[in-house]
Amino acid sequence: MNIQGENKTQNRIFALLPLWVVIGIFMIGPLLVMAVVSLMESNVYGGVHFKFSLSGYRQILFDTNLFDEIEFNPAYLIIIARSFMLALAATFLSLLIGFPAAYFISRQSNKVKNILIFLVTIPFWTNLLIRTFAWIIILGKGGVIESSFYFFGLLDEESSLNLMYTNSAILIGLVYSYLPLMVLPIYASMEKMDLRLLEAATDLYSNRIELIRKIILPLSMPGIIGGSILVFVPCLGAFIAPDLLGGGKKLLLGSLIQFQFSYARNWPFGAAMAMFLLALVILVLIFNARLNRKHREYANQK
Amino acid sequence: MSEKKVNAIDVRNVTKIYTSGNAQTKALKNANLTIYDNEFFTLLGPSGCGKTTLLRLIAGFEDITEGSINLFNQEIVYLPPNKRPVNTVFQQYSLFPHLNVFENVAFGLRRLKKDENQVESRTFEVLELVQMREYANRKPNQLSGGQQQRVALARALAPEPKVLLLDEPLSALDLKLRQAMRFELKTLQRETGITFVFVTHDQEEALTMSDRIAVINEGEIQQIGEPEQIYESPSNKFVANFIGEANLLSATCKTPGENGVCELETGHTLNLFVPPHIKQNDRVTIFIRPERIKIEKSSNQKSQLIISEFTYLGNAATIQLNSNNQLINVNLPIEDLKVFKKGDFVDIQFPKESAQVID
Repeated sequence: MNIQGENKTQNRIFALLPLWVVIGIFMIGPLLVMAVVSLMESNVYGGVHFKFSLSGYRQILFDTNLFDEIEFNPAYLIIIARSFMLALAATFLSLLIGFPAAYFISRQSNKVKNILIFLVTIPFWTNLLIRTFAWIIILGKGGVIESSFYFFGLLDEESSLNLMYTNSAILIGLVYSYLPLMVLPIYASMEKMDLRLLEAATDLYSNRIELIRKIILPLSMPGIIGGSILVFVPCLGAFIAPDLLGGGKKLLLGSLIQFQFSYARNWPFGAAMAMFLLALVILVLIFNARLNRKHREYANQK
Repeated sequence: MSEKKVNAIDVRNVTKIYTSGNAQTKALKNANLTIYDNEFFTLLGPSGCGKTTLLRLIAGFEDITEGSINLFNQEIVYLPPNKRPVNTVFQQYSLFPHLNVFENVAFGLRRLKKDENQVESRTFEVLELVQMREYANRKPNQLSGGQQQRVALARALAPEPKVLLLDEPLSALDLKLRQAMRFELKTLQRETGITFVFVTHDQEEALTMSDRIAVINEGEIQQIGEPEQIYESPSNKFVANFIGEANLLSATCKTPGENGVCELETGHTLNLFVPPHIKQNDRVTIFIRPERIKIEKSSNQKSQLIISEFTYLGNAATIQLNSNNQLINVNLPIEDLKVFKKGDFVDIQFPKESAQVID
């Protein structure tokens, strides 16, 4: 057993080698490049000067004024806070829509279930950029929503709802983009749920609301946590919806990083921001792992 | 037993039809039965016979197609399950995996909005009853099957239901534990005084625990009676075969009436009660339990009965007699084990009252 066990460990390392290579080239490699870039000096023509500097990181919090004095600059912190709040709001809204949707799907017959899940995944078939553009047509001046308001006489022709280029527009775009990532994990955990437990709870005098609060919600917690992470993390770094629907008026983290690499040609600062974002995400994941541990006992039983 | 019996459950003309697409399945056909208060009542039948359907109709998990169900003379058919004062012990226990034992048992009490002191004292009381008090903080997945069973029982008993429904609660346990739990369940029923409606396909379970049994087959109630009644005088061939071992022998009626005589195909004649609708020379089926038949070594060589099979069981033996291709099973008591062996010719005796004509 022991001898075999050692062999097995060795075999496992060899068997996993291709995976390590792939992860190394496609994940750890780029990350290292970013980490290195974030520690360099910027080059105004793009790229970097290969000279060690912490200026990228310093720029997140401090700025140099006209007299070459370093002073505190909260502008980027505000952007970070704004991104955080928006991502949080988008996650919350997705949960609010996604949970009942997943519940509804999980209670259908197998045939209907498959069709509905298929429909949930359909948006993934088109490019995110194009789908976000579609929202401009819906929300924009003279768009689908405004025209229908005009049509029913709820709004006179001169005024506008001003839906576009607002935080709400960004929020709608984010929720729309990432809602499937909320629905699918919650659906998966509801699907695994033993329906006889619902019968047992009803037998023990639970009404419909208690059924959801006391049984369905706690038992689909792993899916809720997973879905929330899947929505929150990309929302934090999103730049397509903020740029197109928010008009880039109020900068968000994702847009800011993208801007540094393109127009601003300040790669080290962009990379430093990206590393900062990564640190934020890791913090969220650690928090998630803590939450998950509470539900592991249940998972073990399955 | 002299006091007047109170009806706990009245099932009247209950029919349940499952419809899926165009296919219709009649799970229950015009079922009628009365379960008395304080009774251990068993619904017994093979799987798919409709016994669980009947239980689920009483609990309210299924919608009734026709008929009515009364609980203590109150119509309950239109109440949802959470409004019915009955609780269920499920086959797979269905304990809530995210709650510990205490919270599982307290679940029903909390939904009934009992105050915290009451919840706590009642929960510990029932946990004490099933000897699970020291496990109150465990999660269900940290318990063995038998312990989960007890918790499920405690959970269903905690809200003091008027009737406790048990859906094959012992079938997931191993044999030893199952036998121990039988005894415990019976004791529990007697101590709590709650009416138990117990569903099982295990005839031994039904016979040992029940006050009365309803035997169900293909959606129809075959017979309702006390265990002894059902074992000793089954109302038809199905009941005779399903409960214990039975010999169903074809015979011809020679003398009809109360002191009738029937002749088996083996040539033996029996004296027994022949129901009035049977006339002379009618073909009938005779029912007799294997342990009722007495055999002795044949003295004359004319006997046509030969021991064709001899199965040793340790504390007894079953033998099969063959005569003109009619097989008769006989249980041999332990003191006769050495007397007979395969291939012996034997004579056979049917004690009076032990055989009956059966439909």
